[in-house]
Parts: sequence; C-alpha cells; structure tokens
Amino acid sequence: MKFSIPKETYTGKIPEIVFGKEKKAYFGGESALPFHFFEGEFPHKPLIAFEIQDDIPEDYPEELAKVYSSVWDSPVKWAKFCETLGAEAIALRLMSTHPDSKDSKPEEAADKVKKILSEIDLPLIILGSNHSEKDAEVLPVVSDASRGYNCIIGKAQEGNYKTITASAMAGGHSLIAMSELDVNLAKQLNILITQMDFPREKIIIDPMCSALGYGFEYTYSVMERIRIAGQIQGDNMLCVPMVADVGFYVWKTKESQASESDIPEWGSLHERAVMWEAVTACSFLLSGAELLIMRHPEAINTVKRFIGDLFS
Amino acid sequence: MAITGIEIFKLLPKTNCKKCGFPTCLAFAMKVAQGQADIEQCPEASEEVKAKLKEAATPPIRGFVFGSKNTKIKIGEETVLFRHEKKFFNPTVLALEIKDTESNIDGFINEVLESSIERVGQILKVDAIFLKNESENSEIFNQVLDKIINKAFDLPLILGISKPEVAAKALEKLKESRPILSGATPENINEMSEIAKKYNVPLIISDKGIEKVLKLVEIAHSVGVQDLVIDTQPNSAKELLMDNTLIRRASLKKGIRLLGYPIITFANRDDNFYETVIASLAILKYSSIVVLSSIPKWKNLVLFTLKQNIYSDPQVPMQVKQDIYKVGEPDENSPIIVTTNFALTYFLVKGEIENSKVPAWLAIMDCDGLSVLTAWAAGKFSASKIAQFIKESGIEEKLNHKELIIPGYVAMLKGAVEDKLPGWKVIVGTKEASGIPAFLRNYVRSKK
Repeated sequence: MKFSIPKETYTGKIPEIVFGKEKKAYFGGESALPFHFFEGEFPHKPLIAFEIQDDIPEDYPEELAKVYSSVWDSPVKWAKFCETLGAEAIALRLMSTHPDSKDSKPEEAADKVKKILSEIDLPLIILGSNHSEKDAEVLPVVSDASRGYNCIIGKAQEGNYKTITASAMAGGHSLIAMSELDVNLAKQLNILITQMDFPREKIIIDPMCSALGYGFEYTYSVMERIRIAGQIQGDNMLCVPMVADVGFYVWKTKESQASESDIPEWGSLHERAVMWEAVTACSFLLSGAELLIMRHPEAINTVKRFIGDLFS
Repeated sequence: MAITGIEIFKLLPKTNCKKCGFPTCLAFAMKVAQGQADIEQCPEASEEVKAKLKEAATPPIRGFVFGSKNTKIKIGEETVLFRHEKKFFNPTVLALEIKDTESNIDGFINEVLESSIERVGQILKVDAIFLKNESENSEIFNQVLDKIINKAFDLPLILGISKPEVAAKALEKLKESRPILSGATPENINEMSEIAKKYNVPLIISDKGIEKVLKLVEIAHSVGVQDLVIDTQPNSAKELLMDNTLIRRASLKKGIRLLGYPIITFANRDDNFYETVIASLAILKYSSIVVLSSIPKWKNLVLFTLKQNIYSDPQVPMQVKQDIYKVGEPDENSPIIVTTNFALTYFLVKGEIENSKVPAWLAIMDCDGLSVLTAWAAGKFSASKIAQFIKESGIEEKLNHKELIIPGYVAMLKGAVEDKLPGWKVIVGTKEASGIPAFLRNYVRSKK
C-alpha cells in the first residue's frame, strides 16, 4: 500500500513578532500547527526569554538561588549574567511594584528599565507584577520610558487593558494580552484591544500558564484550541502568537522545592525541579506557545536542545 | 470512522415497514447511529449493509490487552487527535529496558517494583519491563526471564528479541501471561508473524518510516496477526512528532486500517534530561508505550504526572476529596480557610498558603469540582452547606478559636454563614489566591 500524507488545510498564518532595538529577536510567522513541518512554513524557532526581576526575589527557591543569588541584587548585573548564559531575550518582571511587596513607584520602575535598556542590548519584555490595578499605573510609565526600544509590554488584562494598550501603542511596543484559561475570553480581550486600533499583528496571547500537575492539562488544551481556532477555523482574533510564562508558575510548586528528606519518593530535588520547568515548557511548545519565559539555565538548555531537534 | 444516521438511512430499504419497531426508516437509522438500536432489527437490511455497519463500529485504532494474569493493561482504541475533543483513554505504558546481559537484574526489577508514587489519589508506577535479548542467546535470555517470573510474576513484559528461535522458546515459557513480542523487521517478519500467531501475542513491527512499516503490517496481517504495535524508528523529535501525528491522523481521519495500531517509542537517550523530554513528547503525542533506559525517581514523578494530566477527562473537573487538610503543621490557634474541591482551586490555595509560611487548616468542601464562583452560582457553596460542612467536620474540637476565612468572591455569604454557625466569626479572605500570603501574614500578625 502506498502511503500519502493526510494533510490539514490551514486558513490562518500566525503574525511574526520582531522586537528589540539593536539586537532583535523573532518568533511566530508559522503557517501550520506546532512543528508540523510536513504541511507548513516555520520561519522562526520559538524564543526563550530569561526572566529577571527588578529586586531581590522573595520567593525564589533554593535551586534558583544557587544560580542567581550572586547577581540578583542588580537587574543590570542579572541581565548581563543571563547574556553570558546564552540569553537571546530578557523578561524583566517588576515584582517590587506589587502592593504586597515593596509597592515601589512607577517612576522607580521606569528608572530601572531605562538603566537596563542603556546597558544591555538584548530585546526586552517588560512585565508588571500581575496586580491588575497597580500594573495599570506602572506599565504606562514604563512603556513611555522605553519608547523607541521596540519592547514587549505585559500583561494587559480585562480590568486594565485600556491604559496599558494605549501606552504600548504610543510607545511602539508589542503587547501581551492575558485572560484566564478560556478561548472566548482570549478572543474577547483581543477584540477589545484591536478596537482601540492596536494592531492585531503585535498582540501576543497569554492564555494564563500553569505548571505540570497544577492545572497543566487546562492550559495545554486551551492553547491547542486557540491554535486550531486561529489557524484551521480561520478565527483572525485568535491567530496570533502565544506566550507561556512557565517559570513563574513552575517555581511555586512543591515539586520544585521539597527536599529529598521530606519526600524521598520524589527523588533528587535538583533534577526534579529543573525538569519540572523543562517538561512544562516543552509541552506548551507542542500545544502552541512560541515564546517561553523561563528561569533555570539547565531547563532552558534542555528546551533549546528540544527545539533544535524539532528543527533538525 | 463513525457513520452518521443519514448514511445508514441511505443503505436501508426506505419502505417504512415499521417491522423494526420504529415509525420510519429514518427514525430507525438515527437510533442505530446513536447505538440505541441494532441493525439486526431491520429484516430487509442486506449482508453488505450489516458488514459496513460492523466495520464502522470497529474502533479505528485497534485496542488490545497484554500483561500477566493479574496485571492486564489495555492499549490503543484512541478516538481523537486532541484531548479536548473527547479524551485520551488508555494511558501510555512506561517500560524500563533491561538487557539480558546486565549483571544486576535483581536491582532493576526492584526499581520497577518500588516505583509507585501516589498522586491526587492515584497510584502511578512504571508499568512494564522491556527485556532485551542483547546476548542473542536463548539460554541467557531464559535464565533472566526465570528470574523476573520468580521475583515479579505479575509484571507485564515486552520481549525485545531479533532471533525467531529465541522468541519461540521464551514464549513457550510465558504461556500463562500475554507478553508483547518486539523485534519484527524486514529480515524476519514472516517467522516472527508465525510465532506471534502461534502464541497469540501482540507483535511490534519495526522499520524506518511509515511507508516501510506499512509493508510489514500487510505481511503480518496476511499471516493473521491481529494485535500489532507500530515502531517507525524516528531519529529525532521532529520525526517522532511527524510519524506519530500522521499515523494517528491517517487512522482516525482517513480510516487507514493498516495504520490503526498503538505506537511504541524508544525514548532511550544518552542524556537523562533529554530522554525525559523525548518521553514527554511521546506521551503528549500519541505513543501507547514508551521505553526508558533508566527510572530515577525524579524522572518517574515528572512522567507520571504528565501522563496523569494528559489522560484526564477534559469534561470532568479534577476533584479533591472533601476533607480538612493540614498545610504545614497547624495547631489549635492556626487559621482555617474554607474553599471548594475544584483541584485547581485546591492546588492554588494550598500552594499560596505554603508560600505564606503560615501553617493553616484548609477546609476543602465537596462542590462537584466547581470553582468558587461557579459553585456559589450553582448553590453548592452556600451558607447553609458551608455551615453544615464545618459542623460535621469536627474541626471545632481541634481549635481554640472560631474564625472561619471564606474566599473573597463570596463575601456576601459572611452574614448568612455567621447566622448558621452560631458563635463563629467569618473573615472575608482575598479574591485571588495570589493575595493569600500577604493576607495570612497580616491576619496572623493582627492576632498577636
């Protein structure tokens, strides 16, 4: 029997995102479901951004502290260290602005962003602290301070998208739009954002991430459904790249923290924690994410090898 | 492929004779399509029609059972490409590869036997041993086989053998169980098929790429072997994803029966991290059996959890058992927080309480796995039900205080819960789990 490849027909192509000023980074642009090279074009590999924070992290577990504690008192040092680890992009999370943390002022955050932009030439993703009201105050100021640097700003949510979208547009940035684990909510938010004349081609969906074992299957399926709706069913509003903010969720889990003496049946902590992040990330690549935000360099290297193998 | 009512109707005599018990042929056809009527009820239906319906009722991916007498494992019979369309049914089998030339066979067997981990109420473990006839010697292989049978009689086996005469001798020994035979290649396909047929065991067909495997499947078929497993020997993650996707698609969407079989993936890699990633790809993308070179506990935990997640039913919310859970080491002064038993809610809230470093009692109430707002809207997370749960839980006797923290989203229940729980004070917590650490720290501070 002769085998002919049963191909899928696609109506949508994911827009390509380019960001950064001097040094640029790319993702998106594909015309088929993730890594289906036999039926589509994939101009760019998925991109991994190293996460850094604007202040010493309060909740980084031991395995991360081992890697970053010597540099995390300064975001510039931290970013430069990531560069030596092979980072192609940096995701700066402005955690100190969170009201439960230092509740630092938008202007302070903007100063830090300016400093990083002047000393680092890697493309930058600038994230708020995931506090909807505070992000609405912080991100516009930060957006303005990074005008001309072609960054990615996030995250715009239902409660704060208006100010954040307007400032990202004025600053010439791309925008992460986050909704809570639902295809229709993701679509709705993108409609609202584009109604403000923000270009669809510069939106990145964040369907809300999760970690392996902690709602993973929801995120995995929501991503698959967004991809299918956007690329096969021709839903333009869902035909944009996706981000998986993996590190933020993975390093909260017990699996990335519990010691071997606490739970012997879980085995070695180092491998367990690193692979919790790597496997979560690889899985979300397979379900549709083009941009990953990650923390542990060994996890990132494993995912990079996976991407290289997929693109072989 | 499922056949629709209209398609069945077209094959019926359309006389509306009512002998089937339905008023019209169309009504009958619709019932047959839904599986609520049998085509045999139609006295006029031709043999051809019956055959066609029988074909349509056969799962597009063959399912079968293997294993030992007491441990039977079913693989195959998957019906969808994406789990949200229905669900994935028969979870991927994880097998440890052991070579018959290894000196420490007992150690490997023990590792498999001791691999089980409990997670969200399920016991997960390495399911099988892939015993490889590395020595190519029948005697050595059978000695190792004896060891395994003696030590772990119930452990399902996959036999990796390239010489047909070794396979025949081994299967003679395993008549009481149903192992899978691996090692059918272009060189030995005829003999291996005969052996698989004689001993009625499933056969793994290995060759490079879908096209070549198809030819071997045809041969095995012509000999009469029904239960097959496909191995397309992918060299890279790219090939693995492509082969598995195309095989699943061809069998489900194009009805290509010769590819309608479970798939096996040899994930063995020199690097343990990378092996874990390849195994994950295989679990997510359609492999029914994944063979591993080693099973350290951390790797097991990752792969078990992935498998459990991906084979969960997307239409049934994951639930946690109703109970009062300890987070940290709470005592009689520790705060008590109530929420619903939606697994996501439980994990998030529990995680954030842990982050707060404040030991607490977490009262998880059975709300059919709904989240807080949904459960409240459905009347399952009401003041009277919360009050009844707290009273019946017996927590009152363990506490020095009577302050119950409820989720911020149901702040409106505060008064009503206090009415139904005499003596208790209700504290309104945060709306989002992420606010819990700050909330709890403040709460505890205010008590001092």
